[in-house]
Amino acid sequence: MKYSIFSLAKAALSGHKGWTRAWRDPAPKSHYDVIIIGGGGHGLATAYFLANEYGIRNVAVLEKGWIGSGNAGRNTTIIRSNYGLPGNTGFYEMSMKLWERMEQDLNYNAMVSQRGIINLYHSDAQRDAFARRGNTMRINGIDAELLDAVQIRKELPFLNYDSPRFPIMGGLMQRRGGTARHDAVVWGYARAADQRGVDIIQNCEVTGFVRDPNGKITGVETSRGKISAGKVGMAVAGNTSRVAAMAGMKLPIESHVLQAFVSEAIKPLIPGVITFGAGHFYISQSDKGGLVFGGDLDGYNSYAQRGNMPVVEDVCEGGMAVMPMIGRVRMLRQWGGIMDMSMDGTPIIDKTPIDGLYLNAGWCYGGFKATPASGLVFAHLLARDEPHPEAARFRLDRFRRGAMIDEKGQGAQPNLH
Amino acid sequence: MRIACPFCGERENGEFTYLGDASPKRPNFAADSGESPERVEDAFYDYVYLRDNVAGFMREYWYHGGGCRSWLIAERNTVTHEFRSVIAAPGVGAANPVQAGE
Repeated sequence: MKYSIFSLAKAALSGHKGWTRAWRDPAPKSHYDVIIIGGGGHGLATAYFLANEYGIRNVAVLEKGWIGSGNAGRNTTIIRSNYGLPGNTGFYEMSMKLWERMEQDLNYNAMVSQRGIINLYHSDAQRDAFARRGNTMRINGIDAELLDAVQIRKELPFLNYDSPRFPIMGGLMQRRGGTARHDAVVWGYARAADQRGVDIIQNCEVTGFVRDPNGKITGVETSRGKISAGKVGMAVAGNTSRVAAMAGMKLPIESHVLQAFVSEAIKPLIPGVITFGAGHFYISQSDKGGLVFGGDLDGYNSYAQRGNMPVVEDVCEGGMAVMPMIGRVRMLRQWGGIMDMSMDGTPIIDKTPIDGLYLNAGWCYGGFKATPASGLVFAHLLARDEPHPEAARFRLDRFRRGAMIDEKGQGAQPNLH
Repeated sequence: MRIACPFCGERENGEFTYLGDASPKRPNFAADSGESPERVEDAFYDYVYLRDNVAGFMREYWYHGGGCRSWLIAERNTVTHEFRSVIAAPGVGAANPVQAGE
């Protein structure tokens, strides 16, 4: 069923009884050309692009729980392309351009809202660094505006401009940045992939790899039986090391927990996304009215999908520092997701040393905004056996070669990226 | 999560800073070991970048900056956040292992 104003009106007139399910619930076949492990945003987007752009339709997405139950449903829904390093700049801008046409491409309302993102600066040095990043973005055809405090005050009068410790001196604005409805992104890709023949198989956990005598991966063992495959792609975020270990692979990745928070719903207050430059705090307001915010990783290796109190306190302190009125709002919910933190803070999209196994991982806590581009470049890699030009730097061997892409300049310490 | 420091007793984890996995060992090649540069580089690549990223009990370094300022080695379950033991890191003290919950 194609969604449109007419299908909506027709359904409304018939009491909304005519809606059909948005994707099938097939039993796994015995063989697929490509199996994607992981039914999150990235895995489903990969399947969509494989079917839509590269003509490979005999594809299965295997998900151990239900689709979107991992980080795709646990993020703070921010989309942006304000990166400064070669490799990241072009990749994330390609992603932003895909966000801008996603709803037309998928025939699905993902509530992509380009409401702007502003990174505040609080010192001369930080202003210079942001000016440099803004110029880098503009040279690469990405929108960026350096605003001073007077200009920001007109748009965001409620911030704490005159804090003696961290005065707001200005900010770097990307107006094309914003938010999207994270679950709708998952559902949109699932529906569009399903329409193009992809099998989405939920409650199907991969428990091992099937290999031929030469070591090539020829399929997977799952909780729903053995499935053979021409190629297997991994898009399993925080569980990357666990799945890789089944193939005997050790990766430059650690799993860490990142918490996020939602307040009670209030009337429209925050027009876009705001980030505090003197701590680590970012906030936006959902269309339901809740303030959605977050901060740093908890900092220790974790697979637990829940965090601890020191980071809750730290995030709330960041909020109070930049926007004291937030203290009057009650926190409604809080949760944790498991991030696949790479050693330089940048993703890895590459063939692995094992024939037939392909890797899409290391998204750190920036995976949501990358969803469409990640799907496109991973589909390209799986279809053509060579990296997409925009992902040519995201190679697995870059650590060995000393070609890291370390946007934050922290070195090989994943909990600091 | 509370960490039983062998010197300070059980304290909340905000007092501690995490370094990471305690199992990687720095490669130690003698200058005249005759190892090929590739093997030396491989060993350092493994030490600096590759991690087991254990799901389960893992030995890891913590620094008690908000207390005795000692480096500690904890054995902690990364799936449940349960601590099995916390001891002083070798070379910094002679504390006995403290069992979690004691």
